[in-house]
Amino acid sequence: MPVEVRLPTVLRQHAGGQSSVRANGSTIGEVFDDIVRQFPLLSGQVVTTEGALHKFVNVYRNDEDVRFIGALSAPVADNDVISILPAVAGG
Amino acid sequence: MLRLPAAHRQAMIDHAVRDLPNEACGLVAGPLNGDEVAAVHPCGNDDASPIVYTLNSLDFLRADRAAQAEGMEVVGVYHSHTHTDAYPSPTDVGKAPDPGWHYVLVSLKYDPPVVRSYRIVDGEITEEEVVVGDA
Repeated sequence: MPVEVRLPTVLRQHAGGQSSVRANGSTIGEVFDDIVRQFPLLSGQVVTTEGALHKFVNVYRNDEDVRFIGALSAPVADNDVISILPAVAGG
Repeated sequence: MLRLPAAHRQAMIDHAVRDLPNEACGLVAGPLNGDEVAAVHPCGNDDASPIVYTLNSLDFLRADRAAQAEGMEVVGVYHSHTHTDAYPSPTDVGKAPDPGWHYVLVSLKYDPPVVRSYRIVDGEITEEEVVVGDA
């Protein structure tokens, strides 16, 4: 199912400078797999080699933090907007 | 260099004071790759702590959408140091998410408060001039 994936500025260099890309999948994990197929430089930037979401990103499906709805297993529907945001923290 | 309208500078200071005793944090928006702060978006500190902050991610999402709607991008983050100088801590450097961002520090150690801005690239801190304007 086609969805829009919004990329943070720090990752756009790995996707030809685009601020958002289209991708297909029935779950968040499948959508990210598709993005890496399209833009191999994004490999390892959002999903760890162990297959989990990186702790330094937050991912939203529309207005929902995907960590609370199944993380990479969270289902997506046509025209959902997936937003990848850097985790911002400090001291 | 960071062009920071006086009203936005004051908004950061007001937010920092309002959230005492905890650290305050928020995002700044402007033209991508530009030097201008066009909007300030106060965000929640999920840590509710006087020594660390984690910027609320839903607030980030909303700030990002607001910036997009005006043809801008999130181009930096500001946060307060309640009792230390306006200089990035090792934690700030270690967790800096984007080498293209401006990192603004508001120190409440002094009266009046001090606002300074930095670039953090590959762990290296470089201060940039803050030009306070009227716009």
